[in-house]
Formats: sequence, structure tokens, C-alpha cells
Amino acid sequence: MFSYYLKLGWLSIRRNPLLSILMVTAIAVGIGASMTTITVNYIMGGNPIPQKSDELFKVQLDNWDPNDQSEGEYELPEQMTYLDAMALMRDRKAYRQVASNRSGLVLEPQGADELPFSVDTRNTWADFFPMFDLPFVYGSGWDDTADRNLERVVVLSKEINERVFGGEDSVGRSVRLNGMDFRVVGVLGEFQPVPKFYDVTNGAFNEAEEIYIPFNIAVEYEFSRNGNTSCWKPSDGDGFEAFLNSECIWIQFWAELRNAEEKQDYMAYLNAHVEQQKALGRFPRPLNNRLSDVMEWMKDREVVDEDAQVMLGLSLLFLVVCLLNTIGLLLAKFMGKSGDIGLRRALGASRSSLFIQHMIESGLIGLGGGILGLGLTWLGLAGIKMLFGDFVENLASLDWVMVLTAIGLAIFSALLAGLYPTWRACRIAPASQLKTQ
Amino acid sequence: MDIGPIWRAMMRNKTGAILIALQIAVTMAIMVNAISIMQERSRMMARPSGIDEQNIFYISSIGFAEDFNERVTIEEDLAALRGMPGVVNAIQSNSVPLSGGGWSMGLQTEPGAEIDGTGVALYFIDEHGLDTFGLNLLAGENFSATEVEWRERSATEWPDRVIITQAMAEALYPDDPDGALGKTVYIGDDEPLTISGIIEQMQAPWNGWNGVERVMLTPLHTLFGSTRYIIRAEPGRRDGLMPEVEKLLAERNKNRIVRSMRTMDETRERSYRGDASMIKMLTFTIALLVAITALGIVGLASFSVNRRTRQIGTRRALGASRAAILRYFMTENFLISLVGVVVGAVLTVGLNMFMVETFSLTRVAWYLVPAAMLILCIAGQIAVFGPAKRASTVPPAVATRTV
Repeated sequence: MFSYYLKLGWLSIRRNPLLSILMVTAIAVGIGASMTTITVNYIMGGNPIPQKSDELFKVQLDNWDPNDQSEGEYELPEQMTYLDAMALMRDRKAYRQVASNRSGLVLEPQGADELPFSVDTRNTWADFFPMFDLPFVYGSGWDDTADRNLERVVVLSKEINERVFGGEDSVGRSVRLNGMDFRVVGVLGEFQPVPKFYDVTNGAFNEAEEIYIPFNIAVEYEFSRNGNTSCWKPSDGDGFEAFLNSECIWIQFWAELRNAEEKQDYMAYLNAHVEQQKALGRFPRPLNNRLSDVMEWMKDREVVDEDAQVMLGLSLLFLVVCLLNTIGLLLAKFMGKSGDIGLRRALGASRSSLFIQHMIESGLIGLGGGILGLGLTWLGLAGIKMLFGDFVENLASLDWVMVLTAIGLAIFSALLAGLYPTWRACRIAPASQLKTQ
Repeated sequence: MDIGPIWRAMMRNKTGAILIALQIAVTMAIMVNAISIMQERSRMMARPSGIDEQNIFYISSIGFAEDFNERVTIEEDLAALRGMPGVVNAIQSNSVPLSGGGWSMGLQTEPGAEIDGTGVALYFIDEHGLDTFGLNLLAGENFSATEVEWRERSATEWPDRVIITQAMAEALYPDDPDGALGKTVYIGDDEPLTISGIIEQMQAPWNGWNGVERVMLTPLHTLFGSTRYIIRAEPGRRDGLMPEVEKLLAERNKNRIVRSMRTMDETRERSYRGDASMIKMLTFTIALLVAITALGIVGLASFSVNRRTRQIGTRRALGASRAAILRYFMTENFLISLVGVVVGAVLTVGLNMFMVETFSLTRVAWYLVPAAMLILCIAGQIAVFGPAKRASTVPPAVATRTV
């Protein structure tokens, strides 16, 4: 029966090509507009590290200005001071932990005619690589001893390895950074978490850094910081040492805690640390530490752009207009066939079979709209890429989930739109239609 | 025109009319709110940065070799840049308006850690700064060459004198902004600074900041390893100068790299790209939306004309003129549109209230509502004109035929 109804539907669609094209276009445009914005929101709100996002925790300690309240509440600072980060790294109370920040260094390639260029750098610790599941093509991250002994080691991104070593296995070779030689220990594969959850302070959708070096090296050689630094209190005296001992925050701190118990223990440890610091005259605000897992943190920082949400809302309303349009047109169409319907009813077709037949016809139109809408979505995303340029490089791409959603949404919308017209069509009394003919 | 019979005829078959009216209503809600967002963005983009944008460009220089002498390099670079033909003036600074990255501090009129300062963006300049940026000094005096200090990255002391914008003066002294000159303000809780000049206007580097007009200039050169030169060219010579400047800096000293050369025009474009894109997307959405709604009207009107062919023929046979038939369909559409835009006005306000509540958007300007009502009614009339025209050409003889 199904294939017969499909055939009937197809014939009916072909009978009024103009009306059918209009309906398919209306659905396609609605799907195209809403799927474009749904995709952008879906990627922005996506889980960058689904396999362990609930075991990775952003650590926040409230060491901020006691006089700085917004609406009567203390807002926790996003980053951490050097003093606290180093204490936490020293005590190693979490399964894994990592403090990191950004720098910009100058890389001098070996070849005589190659010009030096600057590279975005993440200054971090050994745990960073296993903790955030960084993919390696060659070698691996460094180990704790490298952190402790201030070894000048470096992990290169795929692109930098391509540029400096032509993509060869460069492990063991040396790279000149800011006039110093660093030994390559690993080369990454494709790595671009979206959002870049471990440092949303400096751009949730920025590119991942180009190279990774030990945090201690960056401090030892006073490499310039290339990310946000905020201070609520002037440091005691001039110089880098005074800066390190100041209340300025510039470090992202993450801990890996595998279960509720570890989390609880770590929280207790953090509270003890802050209490101890309070005794030393730091942390003037009430005790308020927080551990947020990846998705909690993304929500807390509102990484999904407000414009994207506004566009999503408007485009869904747009889809509503397209559906109203389709309802009207389907109604017109089905009512136009009332003669046929009356005849079929008179010849014995039941209401339910007419219902199925017309829903199938609506579904077919939805399928057409979905496929065309998918094409429009692709165009829409290309348009967004063109408009926003490198800002959305990682945000505008379709995956199979979105493809299925688009087609599913189109068919669902068309069926929804078809319900009322179909119901009306089924109510046509056979006699009234046959009489006038 | 007999609205009564038309209305009653419509009521006999109201589903189609209701659908069109609803479509118009939702279309209007989207359209007006989208236009309101566009207006807000355009207003934001139209704000001046306060500097001579057309003629300014900048370039970064990063020293990397062990024996790189930053201070000497900067002094020599600036002398060379200022000596180039076509250059009006040049300075070293930490940032420029609209660039998105910069330095902010708090200033307060009384010393003390318990006082919450007024946030202000800092630009480090020397005595050439006002001329390079093209700033208008309203009161007080420019910095002198002798008071410009050299600052290491982790220094905490500030030079004694500052120049602030008029907007900052108003924020610090809301009761007496004109008396700001010569007053003492405190930075970092208790370090006193004297306001030695007031400039008319300059924007902070962050265009979305609510204190974007609050700026202070401080007489400093920086020794941060990485530096930025701001160059103001004579009108019309900017594009020719840019490659020359890049070449000059790159060749003068091999122990550094120069990068990220950019014009202020480009900086502005990048700074507002999100807003500009939003405007384009919304424009496109509105156009598409109106087109879809209009097509829907055409489709349904055509259908209703087809269905009523015999009635039209009958009316014609009974003496109705072509114009009367045309008027009938136009009036019918007008009535539907009218219902649509009235419902639309309610929806528009509702949607706007929701959006203002949920997002940081402003209220819709009142005049947009009647304007949109008018436009949609006109659009409806245009859309229905084709089918109505076709209806008016139905010959009276149709009435006598059986289908």
C-alpha cells in the first residue's frame, strides 16, 4: 500500500508543479535558515571533549577584591595567581593537574634564507597532554622530570612541524625559540577543541596554540604573557619577582578528578589551602572555591554567542512562517482535489487510507524540502564563513548529525503542516462532491 | 466599496485567510525586531574612535635575539619613521582604539583600597602622541619630551601626569567635569596623578565596553619585548608608505621581526565584523521572509481565483465591471493584511519584550511598528495584484458554462 500511496503522492505533486515547487521551496528556505543557525549554535554549545568532560574541572579560588561586588555578590575570578597555581602544582592532590597560560615567541628556522616568525605558545605542564587527550603523530608530551629540571623541550603542532621540518618526524631535533634551542619531544596531529575549553578567557573559539613549552621555562626566562592579566591590587614593588608574588591572575588551572570522592577530597584540599592563605593575610573575601566540569564551565562562561542565539530564535520563527505558508498551500491543493477525493471515497476508500495517503504526500514534499534545505544550509554556512572570515573557521561545518536533523526536521515540519489540510480532506463527503460534477 | 459582503464571503472560508493573516503577523514580528537590532548595530558602528583613522596604520616589532637592545632600537626606529617623507608623525604605543587588546586600570578621586575606582583604558604615548593620533586637546597641555619615562613589563609606578578624555572627566567629576584640569586622581589605590590635559574624545580598544569613551594617556615608552608603532601618514600616502615602513623596520635591525601591519580602516572592519555580518544576515533574512510571505499570498490568491472562476463570471454577467472584480480581491487582501498587521503589532511588542529580557537588546523604536504595518499592507497589495488582475479578465460567458 505504501508504495502505491507514494506513487499517488508523486502523481499529485506532479499535477500542480508550480504549487509543489512553491511548497518545497518554502520548506527548504525555512529549513535552510534554521539549520544554518542551529548548526552554529550546536557547534558553539558542543562538548569539546565528550569522552571525559565530566572528569575535568576548572579550578577557581576566590582571591579577588573584597570591595568589588556586582549586585551584592562576589564574582569568582576566572584565572589564578602564580602563588596559588604553584602551590597546587606542588601538592599534586588531583589525579592530574595543569596550570597554563599563553605566550608569543619568535621561532628561527634553520635554513639561512628562512625568515624568523612568531608563534603562539602555550606554557604548560606534563599532565596537559594526557589530561586533554592531545593526539600525537610523532613522539609524546614531556614528563614530570622535564618540568622539574627546567628542560627546554617543545611539542609542535602539525602546522608548525609542516612549516619547519616539512612534516617529517622531528622528534629529537632542535628548534630555536627566542634565541634558545628547544628539543622537540612530540608532534601533534589535528587538534582544535571547539570551544577551546581550557582557556575561554582568551577566546573560546580561537585557534589552538602552535607550540607547547614547559610553564617553568616560560617563567624562568620571563617570556612575555600573551593573554589576559588582571590585578585588583598593585604588587609590592617592581620587577618580575614582585609580579609573581602579586595578586594578579593570569593562569588557567584545571584538575582531572575521576570520581565524586576525588572531587570531594580535592575541594577539601582547596578549602584547606585557602584557609591557610587567609591566615597569612591573603584571600580577604569569604571562602568560596569552585570546581566546574567542562560543560558547567562552558555554561558559566556563556560561550554560546548571544547573536547566535538571537539568530536561532528568529530563524525558528522564520520556519514557522514557512510552515504557515505550506499549510495554506497544502490546504488549497487538497481542497482542489476534492472531486478526486469524493470519487475515491465513493469507490470505497476509507478515511484512514485517505489520511495516510495525504500524509505521505506531505511527507514527500517535506523530503524534497529537506534535501533542498540541506543544500541551502550548506550555502548559508558558506555565507557565514564568508561574512565572518577567520572568526568562525571552526564553527561552520555540517556533520552527519546535522544532516539527519535537517531532513528529519523538514519531514516532521511538512507532516505537521499536512495534518490540518489532510484532516479537512478526509472530511469531504463523497456525495456532495459527486453531485455537482 | 462594500466591505460587508467581502468580509462575510471571507468568513465562509476563513482558514486560508487566517493562515495568511498569521503569516503576515509573524513576518512582521520578525521584521520589526530584526530591523531594531540592525539599527542598534549601525548606531554602534557609527561611533567615532576619535583618531585620524583614514591615515593611521600600525606595525608590531618583536625583538628575539640575546643582544637585542630594545630601548636603542625604539629610539632609532622612531627617529627614522618620523624622518620618512609622507609621515606626519609616529609613536610607540601599547594599543590603538578598536583593536580589542589593551590595558585598563581604575582611577579614583580619593585614595584608599576600599574605594572602587572608575575603569579607564590606558594608552602609553610620548610628546608626539596627540599629533600622531590626531587628538584634540581641549584644555591643559601636551606632555613634554623630558617627562616621558621607560617602563619595564612588571613595573608598578606611573608617571605623575595624565591626560584624560572629556568623558573620563565627566565620570570622575560628574558635578564639575570642567574643573577636572589640575586635579589629583589616584591609580592603584593610592598613587597620585595630576590631570594635566583633557582631550575631546578617544575610544578605548574594546568597542563593546560600556566605558568605551573613558581613556587616559600616560607619558611612557615600554620595554616589553614586543612593541607597536603607530604611524600617521599624510592624506593619500598611507598605502604607499606601508610597504616602505615594513621594509625599513625589517632591514634596520635583524634581531627582531616585524609583523601584523594593519591600517585603522582594517582594524575598524575587523572590530565590527560581527555586527556588520549580523546586519547583512538580518537584511537577507527579512528579504527572504517577505518574499516567502508574498509568494504564499500569490499562491493562495491564485487558488481562490481559480476556485471562484464561475462566481466571478456570474458577477461579471450581472454587470460588475472588471475594476469591481479587481477591487474585490484587492480589498479582500487588504482586510486580511489589516488583521495580520494588527495581530503582528501585538506579537512584535511581545517578542521584543522577551528579547530585551533575555538578551542585551534595546527596545524597538515605536515608529517601526506603524511603518512595518504600512509596508506589509502595501506588499500584500502588490502580491495580490497579479491574481486579482487575472480574476478581472474572467469573461462573463464562463458563468453559462458547466465545468
